[in-house]
Amino acid sequence: MEMKVTDLAVARGGVPLLAGVSFTLAPGRALILRGPNGSGKTTLLRALAGLQPPLAGEMSFDREAVAYGGHADGLKAQMTVTENLAFWAAVHGLREIGPALAAFDLEGLRDRLAGTLSAGQKRRLGLARLMVTGRPLWLLDEPTVSLDTASVALFAEAVRGHLARGGMAVIATHIELGLPEAEVLDVGPLKAALPAAQLDDFDEAFL
Amino acid sequence: MIALLTRDLKLAVRAGGGFGLGLAFFLILVALVAFGVGPESALLARIAPGILWVGALLACLLSLDRIFALDREDGSLDLLATAPLPMEGIVTVKALAHWITTGLPLVVAAPLLGLMLSLPGPGYLWLFLSLLLGTPALSVLGTFGAALTVGLKRGGLLMSLIVLPLYVPTLIFGAEVARRGAGGLSVEVPLLLLAGITCATLALLPFASAAVLRVNLR
Amino acid sequence: MKSIWEYANPKKFIETSQALLPWVTGLTVVCMVVGLVWGFFFTPDDYRQGSTVKIIYLHVPAALMAINAWFMMLLASLIWLIRRHHVSALAARAAAPIGAVMTIIALATGAIWGQPMWGTWWVWDPRLTSFLILFLFYLGYIALWAAVEDDDTAADLTSILCIVGSVFAVLSRYAVHFWNQGLHQGASVMRAGALAGDTEERVSNVFAVPLFISMAGFVLFFVALVLLRTQTEIRARRMRALMARERRG
Repeated sequence: MEMKVTDLAVARGGVPLLAGVSFTLAPGRALILRGPNGSGKTTLLRALAGLQPPLAGEMSFDREAVAYGGHADGLKAQMTVTENLAFWAAVHGLREIGPALAAFDLEGLRDRLAGTLSAGQKRRLGLARLMVTGRPLWLLDEPTVSLDTASVALFAEAVRGHLARGGMAVIATHIELGLPEAEVLDVGPLKAALPAAQLDDFDEAFL
Repeated sequence: MIALLTRDLKLAVRAGGGFGLGLAFFLILVALVAFGVGPESALLARIAPGILWVGALLACLLSLDRIFALDREDGSLDLLATAPLPMEGIVTVKALAHWITTGLPLVVAAPLLGLMLSLPGPGYLWLFLSLLLGTPALSVLGTFGAALTVGLKRGGLLMSLIVLPLYVPTLIFGAEVARRGAGGLSVEVPLLLLAGITCATLALLPFASAAVLRVNLR
Repeated sequence: MKSIWEYANPKKFIETSQALLPWVTGLTVVCMVVGLVWGFFFTPDDYRQGSTVKIIYLHVPAALMAINAWFMMLLASLIWLIRRHHVSALAARAAAPIGAVMTIIALATGAIWGQPMWGTWWVWDPRLTSFLILFLFYLGYIALWAAVEDDDTAADLTSILCIVGSVFAVLSRYAVHFWNQGLHQGASVMRAGALAGDTEERVSNVFAVPLFISMAGFVLFFVALVLLRTQTEIRARRMRALMARERRG
């Protein structure tokens, strides 16, 4: 399956942020999204994940292939590491959580409550969740926040493994992940142009 | 879906107060009404069905805002929305979990509290049955209200304002069943109407709840 | 042939409603003055109710508009959900407070009328209770509009609430009828319109004509207010959009 996005435009709070976003991603490839804060990377990822409708453009890929990882990890503080992962595996119809625990070095923390983990450990657990979804397309929003260098390396290794199995990843990040083979899309120049403001002339978009 | 249900029940137990809080509130409410209107048992017996129904309704309301707010805060709601579960299924499971943790204990406890309010003999069965039939509708309606206000910072009061008028038909027919039952009258008509409202609510409202939840996730 | 949806363009709507507004306002004033003055001063007292009956010229039109405003909101909500015309959503938003006020007027005049007639300001009569519930629905709807920041989100949420609320308002009405049979007389105005009032329960012709004029006045009053308030909402929405644009830079 190939991921193809054509002329996508996204808006937040009624204000257009990005326009003309186009890219193609083949299986086994990764795309790094770059751009300044507030440029619309999060909004773009949410649109790709199907959480919000785009303003315009086409996305041709299977929505059921998407595993989304946002700013929050979706962890329950009152459940253990294993229970958290097993829940997400069950939701996606899978059972095996061992490889995910191993990939993010969480085996020693299996029976700890997620609420007692440090920020970096939580993040690692949140990323391990991606592996138990069994889905080929990872959409990640700043995945390395609060990770130390060693953990970033673990993450890069997990992404590389995922790509090697024919997966795909779209990652919005500021730091160097150590994935030199990944393509880079800078969304900075794709800032949507606003229609010229004329005080008496506006249509349904109010802008 | 079953995984989601067991997770929600597990969380309700572990977070504390999932089962107990609503019941404690119910008990306090009944005691307060007794303090308010006086200890005369003839009077209490007359108003018992209504008090128990209103009490159950308010106890239900108490825990509604937790249905989606916690999942929204920790990001689970976004992840569930992208998971291979239909949104309608998610809201139904959420409502079911709410009913098991709040509605069901109230149904079981209501006859006991009826005893404290000297509810007449034939009333117990009908009180129990009417609550058993009516509280699922309260949970489903509450889930709709919770889905509507999930994005708001102080949605609790607004949610009460929106949800309580929706409870009117269920309350009227449910309390009528309990009242007629306690008076030894025929309960057939209100019981059937109550069942009808519950069934229709269960069947149709999850679509509205799912729709507003999708809007709120945008 | 122009499509009616052309008026869903905010700018076109403002132009058209600006042109219409003076006429609607003028007609409103004429109908209300004629209807109310005729009703208050030039109709005989009812032989049973005395002059208290004259509150009917406020009570019935207000009650009519309280319900019809909700219908209009329901229709506008459906149009928004199906065709995504912003003006439609804003018109529903504009109508809600008017409908709520009409409900208050109907309840208050009902209480004032009920006091000498039934000897009490308030009874838990099905009609009164239904209006009270309707008022609660209006409050929830208005509060939801006010609470949600993003305009399109608010429009979607309130539209769905309006539809669900309509179903439950109707259900409540029947439930309340089941709960208490009531003192209030049935809706007698429409039958009077079809047939000359030959029994005392119907509103007879002497009262009917000024009542109908007064009702027309209230309808026009509602239309004028909705047009005006929708214009305000459109401009407010435009202003918020421009401010958001300013912030983005």
